[in-house]
Formats: sequence, structure tokens, C-alpha cells
Amino acid sequence: MKEVSRSFRTFLLLFTLCFSIQGFASSDPEGEVEGAVSSKEEVDAYIQHHIKDSHDFHLFSYTNSEGERKHVGFPLPVIIWSSNGLVTFMSSEFHHDDAGHVIVEKGGAKFTKIHSKIYELEAGASEVKFDETHHATNAHKVLDFSITKSVMGILLVGLFMLWAFSSLAKQYKSKKVPTGFGRVLEPLVIYVRDEIAKPNIGEKKYRQFTGYLLTVFFFIWILNLLGLTPFGFNVTGQLAVTAALAIFTLVIYTFSGNKDYWMHMLWMPGVPVLIRPVLAIIELAGAFLIKPFSLLVRLFANISAGHIVVMSLIAIMFTLKDSLGVAGATGLSLVLSFFITLIEVLVAFLQAYIFTMLSALFIGMAVAEHDHDHEHDSLGHDVPDAEDVRENFI
Amino acid sequence: METLINDFSPGLFVVQTILLLGLIFLLVKFAWKPILTSLNEREEGIQGALEAADKARKEMQNLQADNDKLLKEARAEREAMLKEAREIKEKMIADSKEQAQIEGDKLLKQAQAAIESEKKAAVADIKNQVAALSVEIAEKVLKEQLSNKDKQLKLVEDMLGDVKLN
Repeated sequence: MKEVSRSFRTFLLLFTLCFSIQGFASSDPEGEVEGAVSSKEEVDAYIQHHIKDSHDFHLFSYTNSEGERKHVGFPLPVIIWSSNGLVTFMSSEFHHDDAGHVIVEKGGAKFTKIHSKIYELEAGASEVKFDETHHATNAHKVLDFSITKSVMGILLVGLFMLWAFSSLAKQYKSKKVPTGFGRVLEPLVIYVRDEIAKPNIGEKKYRQFTGYLLTVFFFIWILNLLGLTPFGFNVTGQLAVTAALAIFTLVIYTFSGNKDYWMHMLWMPGVPVLIRPVLAIIELAGAFLIKPFSLLVRLFANISAGHIVVMSLIAIMFTLKDSLGVAGATGLSLVLSFFITLIEVLVAFLQAYIFTMLSALFIGMAVAEHDHDHEHDSLGHDVPDAEDVRENFI
Repeated sequence: METLINDFSPGLFVVQTILLLGLIFLLVKFAWKPILTSLNEREEGIQGALEAADKARKEMQNLQADNDKLLKEARAEREAMLKEAREIKEKMIADSKEQAQIEGDKLLKQAQAAIESEKKAAVADIKNQVAALSVEIAEKVLKEQLSNKDKQLKLVEDMLGDVKLN
């Protein structure tokens, strides 16, 4: 019975998907004909466009026999907070326009999309005016809570993680060693716990932070890997996403910091009093700006760079066609992009690892116990124990 | 930098924050907590089982050692018993030999003594018989010789003559 309902659900999902793709593709008769991407500038623009978030789920485009440009994909809901309150519509209403040509009138306001951003036109304006640097003069950005491609990626990964890990958790109820997919996941969970959480936070306190670290690790890793698929998600290459992640870490280590942490930050013991305020400023900047900023920029830059490099190497196919010939350019592009993609698979893991590792490290610094009455040897030097070595290290 | 700031979408930031918060909450509740608990339990179980196995092995070793000791002791005991038995045997043999010797000697001595006394008795008897015979013979001779007076006188004279000579 369960099996039947499951296959029915899958069928329904596929049906809806096909239907909406079909509908979306055909609902675009007067869509802007951009043509195939072939020149260097077009490649550049395409890459720039790709690494941005997108309001519809675009799979591929082609030009049919009548010379019409067809886009295959499906629209996603647009949810925006305009001057007249919340407005929702499907992204198909923009007809793939990304240059402010198509104006959508909803809820008493006019909206248009320029470079993946939705603008609200000022009252009375009927079309967007641009200044010489291509900035809209009579429109302003709106708060955009749309289910964009990135949000969809986040939702998919979130649902996947919930399914995968709660089913792993369920397995433990009936058996000691998980089977199937759980057997793959279990060592990864153990890896994060034993190699990231425990050594950086310490044996005593790691437990309460491991949940966050595990979530973040798998979230970033799976999204990084998803970014390497032809669906072209670029979630971890969105500043907003990495900023949110970094701020989570910031909030956690700020609120779990113990007395010693604040003491060392605001009034550093063991240094001349005059230097202490200077150190406090540096420490504060480090804790509240530099650490989260390094986290968010590292992840964003690595993933964006990866996407740009892979796409640029794929574009060799077009850009070097004249000098190398079709076969040469294609071969070169395939070989190079293949190897870079392999490296990107490594980077996907590495960045997830580094983000989680540094988060654990920062949390570990905030909760570390500094006992000031160390054991002293005969000469009055501190006798270092394992915990001290760890503290010195971090 | 300007494009970066321009690219930053506050809406996406808010959505991501809410979704991540929800995800962390749900995963912690339904996945990480039970998983980590089970992992810890399992690890402790494994640790316990290993320790128990270690203990059992040690006990086995102790038992083995005990067994070896017992075996050794038993062997030593057997050895000792055998030795003792051998000694007893030898002693018995020696003793019996000695006893036999003594008995033999005793018997021999008794026999010798019996023989001696028999001999003595026999000799005494012979002596008596000889004496009786001699007396009888002597009587007969004397009777014969002293049948007349002359012969008696002659004899006395002879005897007296012998005494003088002595």
C-alpha cells in the first residue's frame, strides 16, 4: 500500500514537472531572442548571469525552426515586499526578460527585472529609464523573498538532509549498524564529530555544538556538489547565503563565549594596561568583523571562482573555435573542464570542511577553559597539559 | 566591491536564515540527537565488549596457568610417588634379603648348635659306651688276668716298678 502511494506521488510530481515545463516553454512566444551564446562578450555576460541567483529554473535554451528562441525550464514563485505590501506572482510573467523591458503590473505597482533583481517602478513611470552607467533612475529595488533557484536548492537540500539523516536516525532504533545509504552517511557523521568538533571544541563541550556543525557541513557540501551538476545551482556562491552561514557562526560563538573569552577580548590579562584598550579594539574587530568576513568571503569566492573557471573552460569550445578548429577547441575544452571539475569536487568538500572547521575553531576559542592555577614545576614554569597545548594552538 | 554589494540580496539572506534555522532545529531534533546518542551508546558498548573480552582472555590465561600449575604438580606428585614406590620396593627387597640372611644365619647357627650338641651328645655317648666297653673289657681282662694269684702279684710289682722309674 505504501509502495503504491509512493509511486503515485512520484508520478504526480513528474507529471506536474513535465506539464509546467511544457507550459513554460510554450508560453514564451514573444520572448527576447538572444540567440546562441558564441562571442567572448556573450560568454562573459552568460557567466556573470549564471553565478547570480535566478528567478526561474532554467535548464537550456534552443532556437526552433521558426527562429524562435525557446527556453526549457520551469518558473518559480516571486514573492516581494513592495510599497503596497506583499505581492506574489510566477516568474514566467517576466518572459525571461532580464533587462527591464517587460513590466509586470501586480497589486497596484509595476515591477521589472534587471540583472536578476526585481525593481519597482516609481509611481507614474511606464518604463525603466537608465542613466549612462546603466543604473535605473526611476525604479528602486524591492525586498525579494522569492523562491529563487537558490532558495529552491536550499529547500531541496534541506529536505534531502532531513530525509537522509532522519532515516539514518531511525535505523538505530532497530539495529546497531546501519545498512544501505545509512552506512555511507554514518562515517561522515563520525568524521565531522571526531575530526572537526571534538579536536577543536574539546571533549567536554563538543556535544552541544555538533548539531550545528553537522548541519552546516552537510548543507555546504551537498550544495557545493549540487553546484557542479548541470542544473547550475550556485547557492554557496551567493553572498547572502554565505553571509547568513557566517553570521550563524558569529552568533553561536558570541553567545556561548565564557567569562575568559570576554576577559581576553576586552581586557587582556598579562599585558601593560595602556596596550589593553588597543588590543580590545583589535580583538573586537577580529571577533565581530574579520572572522565572519573571512568565513563568508572564503566560501563565496571559492565557489564562485570554481563556477567561473569551469564555465570559462567550457566556453573555450566557442572562443577558440577559430584558432584551433572545432575538434581542437572542443577537445581542449573537454579535457580542461573535466580536470577542473574533478578539482572542484575536491574543493566542494574542502570548503565545507574549512568552513565547519573554522566555525568549530572559533566556537572552541570562545568556550575554552583557561585555568589560571596551572601546575608549576620546580622552576616556576607552567607544566603544559594536553588541554593547554590545544588552547595554545587555537 | 560595488557589484558585490549590489549582488547581495537581503531577501535571500532572510530566507536563508529562516530556512537554515529551521533546518538546524529539525535536524538536531530528528537526526543529530538520536544519531549521536546511538553512536555514543554503540561506542560505549563496543568499549565495554572489548574490555569484557580482555578480561575474559586474562581469566582464560589465569585458568591456563592454573591448569599448567596443577598439571605440573600432578606430574611432580606422580614422579615422587613412583620414586617412593621404587624406593620402597628396593628397601623391601633389601630388607627381605637381610631378613633372609639373618634367618638363614640363625637357622644355620641353630643347625650348627644342634649338630654340635648332637655331636657332643654322640661323643659323650660314644665315650660312655667306650668307657662301659672298656670297663667291661677291662673287667673281662682283669677277670681273666687276675684269675690266679701269681699274675696279680706280678702286675703289682710291674706297676710299682713303673712308679719308681717315673
